[in-house]
Amino acid sequence: MIPAPFEYHAPTSIGEATTLLARHGDDAKVLSGGQSLIPLMKLRLATPRHLIDINRIPGLGHIREADGVLRIGALARESDLEESDLIRTRYPILLDTSKVIADPLVRNLATVCGNLAHGDPANDHPATMLALGAEVMAIGVRGERQISVASFFTGPFATALRPDEILTEIRIPIPPPSSGGAYLKLERKVGDFATAAVAAQVTLGESGTCERAGIGLTNVGPAPIRPGRAEAFLQGKRLDEEAIKQAARLAAEESQPIADLRGPAEYKRDLVRVLTARALRRALERAGAGR
Amino acid sequence: MAPKTSPEVGGMGHSLKRKEDPRFIRGKGTYVDDIQLPGMLYLDIVRSPFAHAKITKIDTARALAIPGVLAVITGQDLAKYNLHWMPTLMSDTQMVLPVEKVMYQAQEVAAVLATDRYTAADGVDAVEVEYEPLPVVVDPRKALEPGAPVLRTDKKDKTDNHIWHWEWGDRAATDRAFLEAEVTVKEDIYLPRIHVASIETCGCIAHFDKVSGKLTVWMTTQAPHAIRTVFALVAGHVGLEEHKIRIISPDIGGGFGGKVPVYPGYVIAVAASVLTGKPVKWIEDRMENLQADSFARDYHIAAELAATRDGRLTALRIKTLADHGYTDAAANPSKFPAGLFHICTGSYDFQAAHVEVDGVYTNKPPGGIAYRCSFRVTEAVHTIERMADLMAHQLGMDPAEFRLKNFIKPEQFPYRSALGWEYDSGDYTAALRKAMDRIGYAALRREQADKRARGELMGIGISSFTEIVGAGPSKHFDILGLKMFDSCEIRIHPTGKAIARFGTKSQGQGHETTYAQILAEELGIPAAHIQVEEGDTDTAPYGLGTYASRSTPVAGAAAAMAARKIRDKARKLAAHLLEAAEQDLVWEPGKFSVKGAPGRARTIQEIAFAAYTNHPPGMEAGLEAVSYYDPPNLTYPFGSYICVVDIDRGTGEVKIRRFVAVDDCGNIINPMIVEGQIHGGLTMGLAPALYEEISYDEQGNIRGGSFMDYLLPTAVETPKWETDKTVTPSPHHPLGAKGVGESATVGAPAAIANAVVDALWHLGVRHVDIPITPAKVWKLLRDHGVTE
Amino acid sequence: MRIQVAINGEKHEAEVEPRLLLVHLIREMLRLTGTHIGCDTTHCGACTVILEGRPVKSCTLFAVQAHGKEIMTVEGLEQDGKLHPLQEGFMQEHGLQCGYCTPGMLMTSYALLKKHPRPTEDEIRWAISGNLCRCTGYVNIVKAIQYAAAKFAQGGA
Repeated sequence: MIPAPFEYHAPTSIGEATTLLARHGDDAKVLSGGQSLIPLMKLRLATPRHLIDINRIPGLGHIREADGVLRIGALARESDLEESDLIRTRYPILLDTSKVIADPLVRNLATVCGNLAHGDPANDHPATMLALGAEVMAIGVRGERQISVASFFTGPFATALRPDEILTEIRIPIPPPSSGGAYLKLERKVGDFATAAVAAQVTLGESGTCERAGIGLTNVGPAPIRPGRAEAFLQGKRLDEEAIKQAARLAAEESQPIADLRGPAEYKRDLVRVLTARALRRALERAGAGR
Repeated sequence: MAPKTSPEVGGMGHSLKRKEDPRFIRGKGTYVDDIQLPGMLYLDIVRSPFAHAKITKIDTARALAIPGVLAVITGQDLAKYNLHWMPTLMSDTQMVLPVEKVMYQAQEVAAVLATDRYTAADGVDAVEVEYEPLPVVVDPRKALEPGAPVLRTDKKDKTDNHIWHWEWGDRAATDRAFLEAEVTVKEDIYLPRIHVASIETCGCIAHFDKVSGKLTVWMTTQAPHAIRTVFALVAGHVGLEEHKIRIISPDIGGGFGGKVPVYPGYVIAVAASVLTGKPVKWIEDRMENLQADSFARDYHIAAELAATRDGRLTALRIKTLADHGYTDAAANPSKFPAGLFHICTGSYDFQAAHVEVDGVYTNKPPGGIAYRCSFRVTEAVHTIERMADLMAHQLGMDPAEFRLKNFIKPEQFPYRSALGWEYDSGDYTAALRKAMDRIGYAALRREQADKRARGELMGIGISSFTEIVGAGPSKHFDILGLKMFDSCEIRIHPTGKAIARFGTKSQGQGHETTYAQILAEELGIPAAHIQVEEGDTDTAPYGLGTYASRSTPVAGAAAAMAARKIRDKARKLAAHLLEAAEQDLVWEPGKFSVKGAPGRARTIQEIAFAAYTNHPPGMEAGLEAVSYYDPPNLTYPFGSYICVVDIDRGTGEVKIRRFVAVDDCGNIINPMIVEGQIHGGLTMGLAPALYEEISYDEQGNIRGGSFMDYLLPTAVETPKWETDKTVTPSPHHPLGAKGVGESATVGAPAAIANAVVDALWHLGVRHVDIPITPAKVWKLLRDHGVTE
Repeated sequence: MRIQVAINGEKHEAEVEPRLLLVHLIREMLRLTGTHIGCDTTHCGACTVILEGRPVKSCTLFAVQAHGKEIMTVEGLEQDGKLHPLQEGFMQEHGLQCGYCTPGMLMTSYALLKKHPRPTEDEIRWAISGNLCRCTGYVNIVKAIQYAAAKFAQGGA
């Protein structure tokens, strides 16, 4: 449980941090919450020669709405989300997600942005961000750019971030009225990764039919999955039991689970079906409540 | 039953707050890893990635080049001193470090000695080992097939993987009973390998003093004296004689049986310290602990029950394959390689029974009984309670009624079972009825019927277990020849305070409090005035340690007996002081008084003072006694547990809605501590029932070798346990106490498994092996077409 | 690297490798051995300390990250010879057996009560779900924390 040696840097500005990342390239890793990285380092599954600790950079801990967008900064901790009245009242899907990540102690350090940047298909926020249609801000030595979450996850532990880039902010378009979302995760016990988990975000139109449906699936593929066929199916439909069940079946078909100690692939696929239906029902409830 | 002593004295029955707590709540406990000695070195271990492989090369050059790495110890080094193999507690042999081949994944291959922990870890990373993989055997059935690779090539003339065959009972009578039976049921039950995973892992500091020639080892051990003797027998030839070995077991962060075996790390640390003359610390990581230390269970059980059509049990027949890993290192009493498995007739009155077990070698770590289970009693209880439930359901009888019909009746005690155990006392009916009342059994059955009609899955499971603890009478019990008595030595000081030392070793059971309470009960000296010590072999009387719930039945009895010896001398002193005849004195806790003249009395404190200042001629001064207690029998705690579950048809999750535990451990020393033991035991019964499993793939790679996949329940998974009790004293124990540490771990899994099967019985499900994971349940629901 | 850390109100300076885990700084260098190590995958919580007011797993932090920060360990609970109500509660309610997970439980519940002085049983179980215990089955740990909460509510802190 002893990591390999490394050099430690604690920059106090984003510019300093990205310069260090550019200099050291693949030999460097960003340290934010560290609750995914440090365990890997302790097992020597990750052996970065340089650790760029961004925790001393000011101005990154925000959770706020501005200009039609909810912004979550790089150093916003999962526990900050859990304790935020804004999140609890207006983004319960994010509270659902934060609450089931690891355990309360880990959540005091783990960052939401880190949960995306780490690229682990078992992490929870990716599915929720997919369902919400979020974008991320990446800043590197060449400047900043916005990446849609839909194209952010490229494979297991692989993201669209370049080696010199830091994910500095998540931007979630503030959902219109009559929207609701939910994240449901089946875990073997508190602290486990998902056997399967589903994020569902719906917006209802004037007539009460579905104007937009976003669905994200956790840990049932090499990357988080957005079941587009299930989403498309719900478009324009009344979200009754029939529609929900059909969407759930479609989502299950679009999942690509593999068998592991959490269960066989067919079980996980069926969980996607069950959890998608339950998440949609809950999202619908919350959308109605918001009316 | 009201306590006989006042709360100030704190004898039996008082829920005294624990005397050990003040240091723990301040973080001032002394666990092995807390100890730092000047010049201390660190040991870390290189482990095999292969389950079965020849070692062709160990290259230590890169490791030795790291500044701070002092040595790399291999099997070749130990072989020079004949320390590369050592005996196990079952008189088999185990490797300390291999010379030729490894036989389980994570086996110790070499050890790095360095100046600090971090350097030692770097050293381990730098040791390069080359292996030639050999065919792996993980399935015990395949291990017994003709032509299977023979694992123990170190044993001359061994041509198979069979370790031993053991059987008990009347085979002919049992077979006859089955032939004549009106109804029989049969089931295969697999209890998978699990690991005790105390929050503190194992470790030691070995310190060999070159000047005095004395070896002191601080060690996470539940049995310090046995360890000392074993070291002396194993390493006597290199100069470590028993009077030159001191084992100190300080504060231990949980044992549960996992800290009984002698692990290679301890021996290597000792060797390293002897070679260097410096203290050497070895503390294993959690993954090492899970992957290499002693496991429990891994029993493949084929069980059959015979009964009459109206539900009277007649016979039990069990055949078991015991997967022991690559050597038999289970710390069973030597006559019983399958431990006390033949308690499997349980709480029921069987006319005939027969049980046989075959031990098998496989490419896995050794062990077998390290999980709070008193020598295979969990296996026995799980089997009989599952089978009893199966029979009840098969006959269409309510499982509670079925049990009540077949229980051994109170008037049948002491009861000789069909497998030869003499149960001391029990009232199984009272316990079950109490549990049924507490949980509202009849209402739950009605609710279940309603829910079933609506397609909802709800189950009620019962486990009415009889445990067997307190090993054990010297006639039948020994470990490596050491008889399983235990001891207490008491010395009373002039001012009436006392120190008492024991041959057991608490790992959280509260002995500093409970033993003091026993002595307070017997002597009337306040428990607060009695200092209890365990664990230092230089000062404590010889004992076999704490495991298998034996402390209260054996050492607790020794405490009572030693106290009574002191009382005998105290009576003589009192007679002298009061100028009365001994037979005219009356004892009440804390004082002797003259019959008919209660004003003429002497307190135990006055008597103690007199023992040093005014002892009569012809009597030795002082007031002390020692007792080595050889129990006449084991004790038989029992209980009835009832569990209610609701099953989620979509996810397969089993949710425990309620769990009522009624336990009977005879007379209770400290009700608060007993209740705590039950809460903890229930949680270690829940864990294997729903969460924990260690398994291996075909290559012998472990699955569940870290806390990522070996799932210990948190406070969220753990139900709000409801506990209650009955009290049926043990007639042979001096205090009527039976012991309780493991009862709940033994009894709980069957209650949970029975509840799940009960919930699914109407679908055609007859049995589910634990752990009952959501994936397993989902598959059953899917196969029966009832998923959400 | 040279770092400065304040632990239980006392300032400490140490020369450390970047890879030194915070738990090892606390246990090995500063000899505060009340904080324990129980696993290697950030699961068990035996290493819980309070960092800048939040309970965290000190085995999953580097000591260098704590430079300039304030930490509280179990040794800091007792003040001027007076036990904290949580420590009293653990003893009164038999919330510990082997004592190994206890410092972690104390730290986590200390932080919990500071934020939520009147937690329900379910909130307590949720808050300690990052701390594993093998001995107690959690029932009395919950009671211990409820004891302390009640004591605070009565103004007995």
